[in-house]
Amino acid sequence: MSTTVPPPPKKVNRIGLEVLNYKGSKTTLCAGCGHNSISERIVECFYELGVEPWTIAKFSGIGCSSKSPAYFLGRSHGFNGVHGRMPAIATGALLANRTLLGVGVTGDGDTASIGIGQFIHMVRRNMPLIYVIENNGVYGLTKGQFSATADLGSTLKTGTVNDLPPFDCCALALRWGATFVARSFSGDKKQLQAIIKTAIAHNGLSVIDVISPCVTFNDHQGSTKSYSYMKEHESMLHELDFVPYYEDIAVEIPEGEVREVEMHDGSHLRIRKLHRDYDPTNRLAAATLLEEADARGEVLTGVLYVNTSKPTFLEQLDLVDQPIATLPESKTRPSRAVLDQVMEELR
Amino acid sequence: MSTLEASPAESLPERPHHSVVNDFSIQIATVNGSGSQTANTVLMRSIFQMGIPVSGKNMFPSNIAGLPTWFTIRASKHGYIGRRKEIDFLVAMNPETAREDVMKLDSGAAVVYDEPLKLNELRSDLHFFPVPFDKLVAPVCPEAKLRKLVRNMIYDGVVARLLSIEMDEIRTALIKQFGKKKAKAAELNWGACQAGYEFAAQAFTQSIPFKVERMNATAGKIIIDGNAACALGCMFAGCTVVTWYPITPSSSLVETMIGYMKRFRVDPETGKATFAIVQAEDELASIGMALGAGWAGARAMTATAGPGISLMSEFIGLGYYAEIPVVVFDVERVGPSTGLPTRTAQSDLITTALLSHGDTRHPLFFPSSPEECFSMTIEAFEFAEKFQTPTFIMSDLDLGMNNWMADAFPYPEKPITRGKVLNAEDLERLGGFARYKDIDGDGVGYRTLPGTNHPAASYFTRGSGHNEKAQYTEREDDYVNNMDRLAHKFEVMRKHVPEPVERVAEGAKIGFIAFGTSDYAVNESCDQLKAEYQIEAGYLRLRAYPFTEKMLDFIRRHDRVYVVDQNRDAQLLGLMRLELAPDLIAKLRSVRYYGGLPLDARTVTDDVIKQEGK
Ligand SMILES: Cc1ncc(C[n+]2csc(CCOP(=O)(O)OP(=O)(O)O)c2C)c(N)n1
Ligand code: SF4
Ligand SMILES: [Mg+2]
Repeated sequence: MSTTVPPPPKKVNRIGLEVLNYKGSKTTLCAGCGHNSISERIVECFYELGVEPWTIAKFSGIGCSSKSPAYFLGRSHGFNGVHGRMPAIATGALLANRTLLGVGVTGDGDTASIGIGQFIHMVRRNMPLIYVIENNGVYGLTKGQFSATADLGSTLKTGTVNDLPPFDCCALALRWGATFVARSFSGDKKQLQAIIKTAIAHNGLSVIDVISPCVTFNDHQGSTKSYSYMKEHESMLHELDFVPYYEDIAVEIPEGEVREVEMHDGSHLRIRKLHRDYDPTNRLAAATLLEEADARGEVLTGVLYVNTSKPTFLEQLDLVDQPIATLPESKTRPSRAVLDQVMEELR
Repeated sequence: MSTLEASPAESLPERPHHSVVNDFSIQIATVNGSGSQTANTVLMRSIFQMGIPVSGKNMFPSNIAGLPTWFTIRASKHGYIGRRKEIDFLVAMNPETAREDVMKLDSGAAVVYDEPLKLNELRSDLHFFPVPFDKLVAPVCPEAKLRKLVRNMIYDGVVARLLSIEMDEIRTALIKQFGKKKAKAAELNWGACQAGYEFAAQAFTQSIPFKVERMNATAGKIIIDGNAACALGCMFAGCTVVTWYPITPSSSLVETMIGYMKRFRVDPETGKATFAIVQAEDELASIGMALGAGWAGARAMTATAGPGISLMSEFIGLGYYAEIPVVVFDVERVGPSTGLPTRTAQSDLITTALLSHGDTRHPLFFPSSPEECFSMTIEAFEFAEKFQTPTFIMSDLDLGMNNWMADAFPYPEKPITRGKVLNAEDLERLGGFARYKDIDGDGVGYRTLPGTNHPAASYFTRGSGHNEKAQYTEREDDYVNNMDRLAHKFEVMRKHVPEPVERVAEGAKIGFIAFGTSDYAVNESCDQLKAEYQIEAGYLRLRAYPFTEKMLDFIRRHDRVYVVDQNRDAQLLGLMRLELAPDLIAKLRSVRYYGGLPLDARTVTDDVIKQEGK
C-alpha cells in the first residue's frame, strides 16, 4: 500500500504570497554586478515584510542600474523613464495616486550627473519615495566613463585619472531635506536588508546610497568603488535591526547600547552603536560624521539620519485621501451652477 | 466672417473725414509699470457694456517697469475683433514714444496727450487735445504717491467725453474692476475720471469724427483671455494633476487655474483638494511629472511656451512611444531662443508636431477663440486618454493674454470617459492583457493603472524597444510592428480630431487655409477682398493636426490656396507639403507675417492682391 506524502507546505509570507510574487524577470546585467545583489535584497525585503506587490510602483532612469526594476517585483507596475529624470516621473505618479509605495532605482550617473537637479529638488520636497542609488562611480551602460561620484584620484580602466572631487549624495540629501538617509554596500546583505526594510516603513524620502561595484568597468586597482576597496575601507556606523510592527519585538539588546527610532507605521528601527554614541536624529552630527569619514578615506555605512516628524510633500498638498487620479466625475467636474457663476463674473 | 451675423462686406469702413460711429481703434501709449492696465480695461469694458463689439490688445515689453507699452482698443460695429493696423485715436502718455506714435498716424486722427509734450507742433492734419494731467491729478489725489497711478484714469474721463462714452458705464466698469473689497480705490479713480471728463467738457469745443453709440451686440457676452478660458477648460475637464514652470505667455493659464481650483475643486465634505498643482523646477520636470501622473491614471497637464517645448522634447518622445496621455499647452511667443518673449507668433508648429527624436508625430489642437480654448481643452483631455498620447493645444500670446469678447461657455454635456483602462474585474474576465496589442483595430492598446489589485495587472513601461507585452526587445519585427501600429494610430486620430470649419464662397477660385488667431484677420480680409477688389475667397480654418480629408477637398475645389502662417518659414505650409500629393502642393501659396503683433487683415489682403497680380 502506498501512502501519499502531502507536499511540503509552500513557504509564504504573512499575506500568503510566495517569494515568486516578488521576483522579476531574469537579470541581463553582468554576473557579479553589485546591482544584482541589491535587486535580491529588494525582493527579500518586500517578501519578508509582506507588502502587497500591487501597491508598489517602481521607477528608474537610464543605466545598468536603472534596468534593474525589471528584475524584481514583477507584480508591481514599473516605469523606466529617461536618463536622470526619474524623480519627476515618480513625483507625478505619486501625486496622481498617493496610496502607492514608490521605489526608485537609479545610478550615480543618473542621479549625480545628468539628474542632480531633479534629485536635489525631490530631496527638497521630501517626496515620499524609496530612492536607491546604485553607486559604482562610473557609467556602466555607456562603458565606463567617470560619473560625478567618482572619487578624486580614482582611475578608469584606461588609466585616466579623475581630477574632480565627488558629489556625496548622502551629504546632499542630508543637507537639503531627505528624512531618511543611509549608505550601504551591495555586498553587505544583512545591513542592506535592514536599511531597505526601515525605508519601507518610513514615510518620507529615503535616500539610500549603495556602493555597488561595476565588475566590468570599475573593479580594478585604482578604482575606489571595487569590492576589495570597499572591504578595506568600509566603516560601519552601527549594526541595524529592523523590527516590523506585526512581529513580536523579541530582539534582546541591552539598554544603553540600542537606540530605537519609531517609524511611521509603528515599527521600530534599532540601531546598534558600534563605535560611538550615535544619534540618527541629529542632522548636524551626521554631516560631521560624513566629513570625518571622508577625511579618513573611509566609507561610512549605516543609517545616517532619520526624521519622522517632517511632513512629506504629499501631506503638504492637503489632498483627499483617495488617489486623485481615479476620482469620479462628481468630484472632478464642478456643477453647472459653478460655470454659470463664473460666466456671470466675466460679464 | 465677422463675429456678427450680418455680413458687413457692403458697408466696409473707408478712412473718412465725416463722422465714424462705432468703428475705430484707440491706442494708449504708456510706460509699463505705470499702472495703466486698469484704466485701459475700464475703457474697453465700458464700450463693451454699451453693446459695441470690442477687442483689446496689449503690446507690452519683456520688462517689469519703464519700457513702452501700447494698448489698442478696437470698437467695431461689424464685429471685427482682430487687430487693425490703422490707429484713429491716440492717447500719448509716454514721452519716449510720443513723437513716433504721432508721426505714424494717418491724417484726421485724434491725439490726447500730456500738455507739456507739445505734440501739436508736430503736425497740422490731426486733432490735438492737450491735457494737463499733473495739474488735474493733484486735487483729486491728495496722496502724492498714488498720483502716478490715478493719473491714468484721467484719460478715461477725457476719452469718454470726446467719444461720447457714457460715464455711468465707466463707473460700472470701474467698480467691476476693483471689486467690492477695494471700494475706496474705486472712488479715488472715479474722482480722477470725472476730473478728466469735466476738463474735456470745458476745454474742448471742437468736434472729432469718432463716436461711440449704444448698440446691442454684446448682450450676454463675456470678456475673457484665452489662458483663463483654457484654465476653466482644465477645471471642467476634470484635470487632477497640473505641473508647470512659469514662462510668458503661459504663466497666467496656470495662475488663473490655481484661483479657480481653490474655489471650486476643494472637496466640500473633507475640505481637501481634488487636484495637485505643482510648480516644478523646470520644464524637464514639469513634463516628467505630468507624464508620471498620466501614467498613473490622472488627467494631467502642463502649460508652457517655445523654450519649454524645446526642453520637453525628450520626454514627449517617451510619452509618444510609451503611450501616455497628457495635455500640453503651448502658448506660443516669438522665437527662436528667448526671441521676443511678449510678442505673438505661430512659430512652434513644426517643432511641436514632430517633437522629439526618432519618428514621432503628435496631435495638435488649434483653438482660435476663448470659446474654443474652453471646449477644445475638454476635448483634448478626452482625446489624450482615448489615444493614450501627448496632445497639444497650440494657443498663442494674442489669444492667451489679450482680452476677448466671447459667448458664455456652454456646460460640457458629454460625460468624462477615461479611455481603455482595465480594472481588476476586467482582468479577471479577460485572464490578462497585452499592453501594446491592437485588439480593436484602432492602434490603441489597453492599459492598467498602478495600484490595480490583480495578479495580471502589472506591466513595465519603458522608452526602450518593447513588444506587445511591454517586454524589452531589440528584435527587428517587434520594433517595426510597434512603429507601424503607432503610425496606424495616428491615421485613426485623423478621423477624431476637431474638423476644420469652412466659410464657403460660391464660385471662389481662391481660398485661404489658416488656423488659430489668424482667423480674425483672414475673415476680415475675405470681406475686404470682396468689397474692394470684387474677389471671392473661400476660407478653411483648420482646428487640428493631423489634417483631415476636408482639407484635401478644400484644396481640390480651389485654384490657388493661400496658406496663412504667423511665422517666417511657412510652417503650416511645410507640414502640408510633408503629406500632400504634388498636384495639391502646386496650388499652395504662402501668406506670412512674423513681426510679433497680432495679424491684421490689411497685411493679408495686400499680400494676396500682390500675389494675384492685381
Ligand atoms: C539624455 C541621455 N544622454 C546620455 C545617455 C546615455 N547614457 C545611458 S546610461 C548612461 C550613464 C549611466 O550611468 P549610471 O546612472 O551610473 O548607471 P550604471 O550603468 O553605472 O548603473 C548614459 C550617459 C542617455 N541615455 N540619455
Ligand atoms: S557594466 Fe558594470 S554596472 Fe553594468 S551590468 Fe556590468 S557590472 Fe553592472
Ligand atoms: Mg554608475
